[in-house]
Amino acid sequence: MMTAVRITLTVNGTRHDDDVEPRLLLVHYLRETRGLTGTNVGCDTTSCGACTVLLDGESVKSCTVLAVQADGGEVTTIEGLASGDAMHPVQEAFREHHGLQCGYCTPGMVMAAVSFLAEHPDPSEDEVRHGLEGNLCRCTGYHNIVKAVMAAAKTPAAPRA
Amino acid sequence: MIPSAFDYVRAASVDEALAQLAEHGDEAKLLAGGHSLLPLMKLRLAAPTVLIDIGRLRDLSYVRDGGNHVAVGALTRHRDVEVSDLLRAEVPLLAHTAGLVGDPQVRHRGTIGGSVAHGDPASDLPAVVLALGGTLVARGPGGEREIAAGEFFHGFLETALAPDEMLTEIRLPKRPGAGWSYQKFNRRAQDWAIVGVAAVRNGGAGVALVNMGSTPLRATAVEQALASGASPADAAAHAAEGTEPPDDLNGSADYRRHLVQVLVRRALEEAGARG
Ligand SMILES: Cc1cc2nc3c(=O)[nH]c(=O)nc-3n(C[C@H](O)[C@H](O)[C@H](O)COP(=O)(O)OP(=O)(O)OC[C@H]3O[C@@H](n4cnc5c(N)ncnc54)[C@H](O)[C@@H]3O)c2cc1C
Ligand code: FES
Ligand code: FES
Repeated sequence: MMTAVRITLTVNGTRHDDDVEPRLLLVHYLRETRGLTGTNVGCDTTSCGACTVLLDGESVKSCTVLAVQADGGEVTTIEGLASGDAMHPVQEAFREHHGLQCGYCTPGMVMAAVSFLAEHPDPSEDEVRHGLEGNLCRCTGYHNIVKAVMAAAKTPAAPRA
Repeated sequence: MIPSAFDYVRAASVDEALAQLAEHGDEAKLLAGGHSLLPLMKLRLAAPTVLIDIGRLRDLSYVRDGGNHVAVGALTRHRDVEVSDLLRAEVPLLAHTAGLVGDPQVRHRGTIGGSVAHGDPASDLPAVVLALGGTLVARGPGGEREIAAGEFFHGFLETALAPDEMLTEIRLPKRPGAGWSYQKFNRRAQDWAIVGVAAVRNGGAGVALVNMGSTPLRATAVEQALASGASPADAAAHAAEGTEPPDDLNGSADYRRHLVQVLVRRALEEAGARG
């Protein structure tokens, strides 16, 4: 192992210090070091978006970010979206509008949608489709995902992570 | 997929990055957004033993008015290029095209400097810089130098940058009132262009091609035809001249030679309508 690097990451609001190998990918840090297995690995080639998390509020594919690059940052994963028992409006909308089938793409899809809505608070359907270009779903045909994101955009005072 | 092991150093300034490059030589690579380099390292197509992280040089993330040009810091991310009011007003071709790179997650990480320095013929922004006749500013041990975009791309993933140099700024000339167009043809939304065309027109025309050879290419035959009065359709018929497009799963070389003529015509027509 090459020289380990000390990093500090705030994950879902809690600060952690770790010594990590430079080549450790953020997704492996989250799943293995932190035990947060909600973030999935689909393709491992930056294509599918299953590994999407928020880094300092913006969607990133955590299979293509080194943990050391995220040092000092704030990461939000699917586990950190709800407040207590209250689901995030985007999560609620995915449930309400059946925006998932097998659920594998869902954590990444939800995180991408949260980031998208922060940048586009009042999107058109077309903008939603383009805004989710980085996330693939093999089940739903996207229809209900788009419906869910449109509905979430209309939720009053949707907290934007 | 996990990259092979490397040591990680972080540069706090351009000078520090240059010193680290000088110290580690060929073994080292600069890391900007990592969205070209890390995928290559995960596939073990690249295996630097030292990564010099320049991703935190926030003072190289800017869009500034330089009078007759707009200056963009090398570490400016695609997303920030896309939404820059100054670029939207003065160099709309660049702002628009930055919004077509990859997908939102890629645009949150990837930088214009990384894209240009990587020099991938399939990438969108190098062709835009070429069509606009931009200037690349590099710093090395001997100081700063300016390189014209037309002299920057040397071969497949090879540029005029020396191994001990770093790209710091991209300058795009303002072309008030110019019409422009970017035509990106792909099959899946997030993909690279199978063929792409960047065009800008006011008086003279700048036309550059994506994925039509081992480097981003200037369509000189098209530009010359326009200069001698050819219509967009007639000029576009010259689009494949001097190109050596790849043959791959997305299309044969012949298909690309045909496609590029169609896309150049569309680009010239759209640029004409916008101008
Ligand atoms: C899924 C996916 C889809 C993509 N789709 C597209 C697309 O449609 N169109 C497109 O154009 N691009 C696309 N890209 C590439 C993306 O735009 C990259 O972000 C960009 O090409 C490289 O920028 P970076 O900051 O990530 O560079 P890095 O990956 O960090 O670096 C790339 C190379 O440039 C060198 N380098 C970086 N910065 C400098 C500098 N300032 N000076 C000298 N050398 C430097 C590095 O050492 C490395 O060799 C895609 C990428 C992915 C992962
Ligand atoms: S696992 Fe990261 S994009 Fe597919
Ligand atoms: S719900 Fe199965 S992949 Fe999207």
